[in-house]
Order: sequence, then C-alpha cells, then structure tokens
Amino acid sequence: MTALRATSPWRKTAALLARFGLTGRALVIAVPMLWLLVFFLVPFLVVLKISFADPMLARPPYSPLFADGSIQVTIGNYAYLWEDSLYINAYWSSIKIAFFSTVMALLIGYPMAYYIARSPEPKRSLLLLLIVLPFWTSFLLRVYAWIGILKTKGVLNMVLMKIGLIDQPLIIMQTDVAVYIGIVYTYLPFMILPLYANLVKLDNAMLEASADLGAKPMATFFRITIPLSMPGIVAGSMLVFIPAIGEFVIPALLGGPDTLMIGKVLWTEFFSNRDWPVASAVAIAMLILLVIPIMLLRMAQSKGADT
Amino acid sequence: MAELPLAADAKPWKDSAAVPFIRIKNITKKFGEFSAVDDITLDIYKGELFCLLGGSGCGKSTLLRMLAGLETPTSGTIEIDGQDVADVAAFDRPTNMMFQSYALFPHMTVEKNVIYGLLREGVPKAEAKDRVADMLRLVKLQDFAKRKPHQLSGGQQQRVALARSLIKQPKLLLLDEPLAALDKKLREETQFELIHIQETLGVTFIVVTHDQEEAMTLSTRIGVMKDGKIVQVGEPPQIYEDPNSRYVADFIGSVNMFEGTVDVAVSSTLRIKSPEAGIDLLVEPVEGLKANQNVSVAIRPERITLTRHKPDGAANIVEGGVVEVAYLGNLSVYRVKLASGKILKVTKSNLLHDEEPISWDEKVFLSWSNAAGIVLTT
Repeated sequence: MTALRATSPWRKTAALLARFGLTGRALVIAVPMLWLLVFFLVPFLVVLKISFADPMLARPPYSPLFADGSIQVTIGNYAYLWEDSLYINAYWSSIKIAFFSTVMALLIGYPMAYYIARSPEPKRSLLLLLIVLPFWTSFLLRVYAWIGILKTKGVLNMVLMKIGLIDQPLIIMQTDVAVYIGIVYTYLPFMILPLYANLVKLDNAMLEASADLGAKPMATFFRITIPLSMPGIVAGSMLVFIPAIGEFVIPALLGGPDTLMIGKVLWTEFFSNRDWPVASAVAIAMLILLVIPIMLLRMAQSKGADT
Repeated sequence: MAELPLAADAKPWKDSAAVPFIRIKNITKKFGEFSAVDDITLDIYKGELFCLLGGSGCGKSTLLRMLAGLETPTSGTIEIDGQDVADVAAFDRPTNMMFQSYALFPHMTVEKNVIYGLLREGVPKAEAKDRVADMLRLVKLQDFAKRKPHQLSGGQQQRVALARSLIKQPKLLLLDEPLAALDKKLREETQFELIHIQETLGVTFIVVTHDQEEAMTLSTRIGVMKDGKIVQVGEPPQIYEDPNSRYVADFIGSVNMFEGTVDVAVSSTLRIKSPEAGIDLLVEPVEGLKANQNVSVAIRPERITLTRHKPDGAANIVEGGVVEVAYLGNLSVYRVKLASGKILKVTKSNLLHDEEPISWDEKVFLSWSNAAGIVLTT
C-alpha cells in the first residue's frame, strides 16, 4: 500500500511541490492572499508613496520617488495636515458624526433586531426581507430620495404644515441633521443584521432563569440580554462607524457647506485642488486613525474571550 | 433557618386534616387546540419531594413551568402556601427553578451566577457573599467560585445550577430533568446528594423526570402523567406494586401483561381465563368485577420463578422454551416463549453457582403465586 502510494505519479509531483511550499492548503489560502495583495496592499503602497511626494504641475501631479539617484521623501504633507486646522477639524467632525450616527443606529437598530429575532418564523423572514429590501435599489438613488423628503418644499415639510404641527418649513437640508438622517438611514441594516444574528441565538432559558431568580424585565435586559449580545453590538457598531467616518456621498448630497467631513475634504483636495500628495496624506492619516482603534479592540476582544 | 425536614414516616397526604402546601386546581394549558395540561388537580405537601413522571410530551414540564410562572394557565388556579399565584409574575414568585439545560449565565463566574438572585432581591452584598460561600460549600464547589460555566464539567455545572436555584431559599424548588444530562454513575451519586440537600434545607421539591428509576429513588410521592393528565399519584412502592392502569404498570418497570376475561371467584381466589397464558390465571380477589369482563393481568418479571422441573404447589404454572438470555451480572433476564407464542420476561437472581444455569432452548416451567398477578381494568 505504502509502496503503491509512493510510486503514483501524482503523489510524486505533490511531494515535489510541497518542497517549495506548494501544498493544496497553501494554494487555497493563496487565492485570497493574492486578491488582498493586488487590490489592497499595492494600491495602499502607491498612496503611501504619493503621500511622501511633493505636488508638481506635471502628469502625474507629484514628484517621483526616485530622482537624481536618491529617494525623495518629504513629510511636509503630514506636517501640513497638522498645521492647517481644516484637517484636524474635519477629522474630528467626521469622528463625531460617525460616532453619534453609530449610537443612533444602535438605539434604533437594537429594538428592531430584538423584535425580529423574537418573532415567529414566517414573520421573521418577512421582516428580514424588508430590512434588506432597500439594497435592491441604488444607494445614490435612495440618498437623492431623501433630498425630496427633506428639502424646504419637500414631503416632510408639506405634511407637517398640512397637519398644522409647524407653520414655517423646517430647514433640514444642507445641515448636519440631514447628514445624520442620511447616515443612520443608510447604515441601519448593517447594524440590524449582526445584532439579529446574535439575538436570534439568545437562549430563551437565560431570560427565564433571570426572571425566575427575581430579576425584573429591565434588570434582565441590562444584565443578561445586553452582555450576551455584546459581540453583535460591537460588530454592528463597527460596520456603521467605519464606513460612516469616511462617508463622502451623503455629506456631499445632503450636507451643507458647513458640514465638514474628511471624505469631502479628501475629494476636494484630490479633484479640485489637484494636490495628490496632500490627498494621499489625508487618506493615510484616516486609515491609521481607524486601524489602530480597531486593532486595539480586536486585541481586547480576543483577550476577553480567553479569560 | 432550615425548616424541619419531612420525617421519613410522616405522610401528610394520608392525613385528611393536613393542609397542602401547593394546591393545583383544575389547571389546563392549551397551545392552540392542543391541551398540554388537561384539567389537573393535585395537592403537594410541605417538605415533599414530588416527582412528575411521564414520557416526553405528557405535559409534565408545562405543569412545572406554570408553577414557576413561566407559562400562564388557560384555566384553573395554583395556590402556593395559601396564596393564589395567578397574578404573580415569575420574578415575584416564591419559587425557583432548575432548568434542564441549566441556563447558567455564560458571561458570569460561578459566584456571580449564584449571587445573582440575592442581589436582585436587594440582599446587602456582604451578606450575599457569605451566603454564596456557604451554598458553594454545600454543593462542594467552593474551589470553583471564579470559574466560568464553560470551564466546568457537566456534573459541576449541574451543581452550580442547583446552588443558584437554592440560594434564595425558595418555598418551592422546581427541577426540570435535573439529572438527565449526567452519565449513569454520576446520576446515581447525584440522586442521593439531591435527597441529602433536600432533607438538609427542608425545601419542597417538585422534580420532573422521564426516568422511572430516578423517580423511584428520589421521591416521597410520584405523579404519573399521560397526555396532559395525571393517571396515578402514590408513593413509589404503591405505584410499582399496585398500578391502577395498564399504562402505569407498563411505564414503571417492566411487566408481563396477559389479556383475559373474568371467570368466577373460587373461594379466596379469582379465576381469569386467558388463552394467551394457556391456563386459567389465579389471582387474589378484586372487588367490583363482573363475569366475562375483559381485564389485563400484570405480572412483574421478578415475581415469576423459573425452574427446569415442574414445581409443586404453585398457583400458576406454565410451560415454555427459553428464547433469549441476557446476563446482567447480579441477575439474568430470560425471555421465555409459551405455547401460545406469547413471550414472557423473567428475571432470575444469580445467587448460586453450583447449578448449571438455564440456557437457550431449554424447556422450563414458569410459576407464580396468586398474589403476583395484578388485575387491571383500564
């Protein structure tokens, strides 16, 4: 049997390939690795390179990395981000908007996810379908639709004035309020779905045991339901916070000139000012700003799982 | 302060003046059209260890959950210690429950799990901690206080669940299949531990189980359930020796059942014609039987004597051939085929080694006294 195996030609080839680290397992992993390398790491390195260059009136509009036989690197772009308050303010404002949007999405999404998870089966599938349904229309279209709702003579103002709740139209469009509405609306499903996936697994016996031990419904909710759904809360919040912080389309369409978000600043820098190096520095700074907290969180989580 | 445990010989259910601690009156629970619990009336006394015994889907867990307040009865009333608990929510009831799945909170340590109930009740933290330490000592888990449930074995988890449900000193402890998840050896040990704890604390226990052996070992009384109804309530020996129906006789232990018709009472014995047995079965007289009434006669396997030679003087003797022998160590189980084709189960203690044991295909005689047969009409 052993002899037969060793002599089979495929075995021989496989053994030969394994010498160079080319096993079946390595090949399976190689596909996603290659994908990440080509479509993530390489573009990232390009952007990183540009962020250390000087802007030039040329094509491409930045100084080359290698010139006059040496490496040309400047940290001037990063220094500029620090010196001009616009960037700090934009970062800060982005974090603030993303944070409050996440909190609002959590407050709205949690009860919805809880209700869906506790619904009986046919109803549950229908509700989940309704949550996912908006994805079937274009994101851009849905944001445009909000303009129709929120503008001075939009649907919302018309209805509110008709029923006599207000006599002057509310100014919502081109304010931060519109941006919040847009972000919460757009990213709510990303909050609900992981929460739902977590809450649907919640063992009803836990809640019964808590009640049986004398905990009133509120105590059960805060001491049992919330802690046990923490992985869902973290996952949902990440899925809202991370894209919200770099959001460009929503503040561009619904926000006003005062709405400062880093995505918009980046766009202006890149397309209006044609300052690729500063735009790249903005992008890299944002990435670092996002990646470090996420990594810390992941580390804290894996630590928490061990103990 | 621990209440006085129920003395072994005290049997309040036999005393008509005794006041029941738990009164279940005409309780019904319907899920849609299906009656999970169907018009049950049951009294349980203080300090009892009462077992609700039945197969899956007989409504025993639903009845338990109604006592805990986790299900609302469709009709009927439940009184605990003189108080109608219909409008008392689960979190306000003087009951605690041990769940079949244990339902330990996975994000809390053993200590936090056990202290949970006390803190919800507003017991000061220092006092609560002392009580938890005492309780963990009682269930022999004092060294595991800081562990999380997933770091414990099944037996340890079971004891955490027990400690957690006992910590508030409930008037009534409800246990849903408390030993089902344990392996056989651990289950037997834990049975006696459970009785010991129940006697130490004097709490009234209601245990739901599908395991008749467990019910026999644990309980002061057993309520056998079938299709949402209680078919018999009695002490373990009574249920075993004197079942009131074919269902109970069959469910508790193993039994040989003969179909037959009542012939006539011959002085002190009752004669039952049974073609299945091939003889007229002689049993002790039973009141209220009519001639030619269809009845079943139940005979426990250990009441039948198995011999090679025809015994003298036995009231009932039949002949048959051994078709199967199962050696269980302390005893052997024989399956013996009668002339009618009916197969009887007989157990024989393996006491003597001097005799060649009866084996396959041997012709044997089965005999039993007229006290061995139980006449069942339903």
